[in-house]
Amino acid sequence: MTAAPDHAPTMTRLSAADRLAKAAPFLLVPVLILAGFLAIGTTSSWLTLTVSGLAMGMMIFVMASGLTLVFGLMDVINFGHGAFVSLGAFVGISVLLALPGWTAEPSLALNLAAVLLAIACAMVLTGLSGWAFERVIVRPVYGAHLKQILVTVGGLIVIEQLIHVIWGPDEIFLNRPETLQGAVTFAGAALEKYRILAVVFGLAIFLAMRLILRRTKIGLIVRAGVQNGQMVESLGYRLRLVFIGVFVAGSALAGLGGVMWGLYQEVITAGMGERMMILVFIVVIIGGLGSVEGAFIGALLVGLMQNYIAFLEPKLALISNIGLMTAILMWRPQGMMPVVKAK
Amino acid sequence: MLTAILSGDTPRSRILTVLLLAVLVCLAAAPFLFPGVRALETAATICIFIVLVASYDLLLGYTGIVSFAHTMFFGLGAYGVALASTHLGRSWGALLVGTASGAVAAAVLALLIGLFSLRVRAIFFAMITLAVASAVAVLVSQLFEITGGEDGLTYQIPRALTPAFRFGELFGVNLNGRIINYYLVFAASLVLFLLLLRIVNSPFGRVLQAIRENDFRAEAIGYRVVWYRTAATCLSAAVAALAGSLYAIWLRYVGPDTTLSFEIMLDILLMVVIGGMGTMYGAVLGAVIFVLAQNYLQSLMGVAAGAAEGLPVLPLLLDPNRWLMWLGILFILSVYFFPTGIVGRLRSGR
Repeated sequence: MTAAPDHAPTMTRLSAADRLAKAAPFLLVPVLILAGFLAIGTTSSWLTLTVSGLAMGMMIFVMASGLTLVFGLMDVINFGHGAFVSLGAFVGISVLLALPGWTAEPSLALNLAAVLLAIACAMVLTGLSGWAFERVIVRPVYGAHLKQILVTVGGLIVIEQLIHVIWGPDEIFLNRPETLQGAVTFAGAALEKYRILAVVFGLAIFLAMRLILRRTKIGLIVRAGVQNGQMVESLGYRLRLVFIGVFVAGSALAGLGGVMWGLYQEVITAGMGERMMILVFIVVIIGGLGSVEGAFIGALLVGLMQNYIAFLEPKLALISNIGLMTAILMWRPQGMMPVVKAK
Repeated sequence: MLTAILSGDTPRSRILTVLLLAVLVCLAAAPFLFPGVRALETAATICIFIVLVASYDLLLGYTGIVSFAHTMFFGLGAYGVALASTHLGRSWGALLVGTASGAVAAAVLALLIGLFSLRVRAIFFAMITLAVASAVAVLVSQLFEITGGEDGLTYQIPRALTPAFRFGELFGVNLNGRIINYYLVFAASLVLFLLLLRIVNSPFGRVLQAIRENDFRAEAIGYRVVWYRTAATCLSAAVAALAGSLYAIWLRYVGPDTTLSFEIMLDILLMVVIGGMGTMYGAVLGAVIFVLAQNYLQSLMGVAAGAAEGLPVLPLLLDPNRWLMWLGILFILSVYFFPTGIVGRLRSGR
């Protein structure tokens, strides 16, 4: 028997440039906030805009996270995702409107309880309809992108129209619960209470999601499935079940985003999900399809950019997001943090 | 001779041939067969939508790319004619300039979008076109100094194309400029349709179909997939813009609702799928059936809703405003069960 040949791998550290390239997406958000500060000049309006931009970004992230995971896991692109946003908003707001006693009372605990109840109802219902959607609409068209896009667009239309049938064709106006109205003043800037709540809430969801994906077994399977589904299946996991779970969870998150967005805008329409989908798609593309962290950063960028530009140059706000998307795709054609597929 | 005009792509089904001939005859003689303003409107709309849907089929059915920006290109052509007619005055030159600039603008925009998205993944294209198209739609309604905003633009076209221009009578029908206008639309549509038929049956069209079936293999054989996809996108955008120009010449009005709305995009998708993806003839049947249904189905639904009065949920579901829902259901079912559409069915059931 001969001894094993000498094997001395040289472990060099990544060069500074490589590490910077890895960290660059994370740095973009602070850089954008700083650039916004320089461009705007006054601290108070900058603070207000930053908070509302972050709030908007968090809400978009909540809607986008499910979509990007569903794509990463099963290569399914769901154009009907926006329908769950609308559905969640209508269910949640109906619950809130049915509890005038809880929302009109100037008690934070009662108000939050009402909001949480509304969110729970919305999530359960959108989760269930997500399950049905997967069963009826998505399942027969696996592996065919073209048909997926067509069929899910059809599903979007049908759900939107059903919302019209159930809740009537008009938009619904609402007031936020008593203690969530108004603003607090901090360092001379008026910060709307609801926006702060939205930031906290969105951050909590992001952290919870990251915890589940990084620290639990199911998260490990999901991440492995995104990277190489065949290998996960050959190890004996039924990826289909995992996928259905992710689809349901993603739909429920879309519903949650819908409730949050409805409370933010104080008006809901059946077409709101469809309109939000445009921002959600931009976020998913610039983040890199399949990447939750990428979607988070992308959502914050979109939210901040929209608010800064709307303040600086209102006419440009409409195309600022397209501009952002173009710039990022020129820099990284696959999105900021593409999921490396082992295929 | 006939086969040469059809570029060798004959209907290959007796029923289909009969249907297509019927459509051709009805459209060619529409002013005399169906007198009346509404019938002529319907016929012109059908002509224009046949071209629009056929150009979309070049992308969806032949190349396998889903785009949501087709109405944007359609709108570019329409606004091109509208803006040229508004600023250059009432002349044939203005129509030509507007049409040409609309088509060029559409092709350039398609090239830009294609370069950004098709390079990476075809699926990006669907999402990016959706985003760009909605941004353009919003932009058009915001820049009301230029585009007229939500109200749109009305403008004048040469007198020979308007109802005020009369020149006698034939078969008991008053001949006026409107009929000339109709024949302009009809002839242009026919030429554009035959041109598209020529394109998809050329070697270029074969490569597109190869890419649709298996892009990896097409690349391996040596075709630059990105190049072909981008070229198909530009061609389809230019033809859509030309259809938009025809629509603008016919209506003498453009507005966001008639040219840019997402609803029209859905209509186009439905027409392609119902008629049959991957056949130009599918566009003909899809557009004819859909436009007729759009014009007459809603009144039928109103009657049905009235008949269902008193039953619990049914009247709400049958409300004429909910017809989009039924189209959505029809759309899903046809993607599942008739992926080749009417034409595919007719051809296989020979």
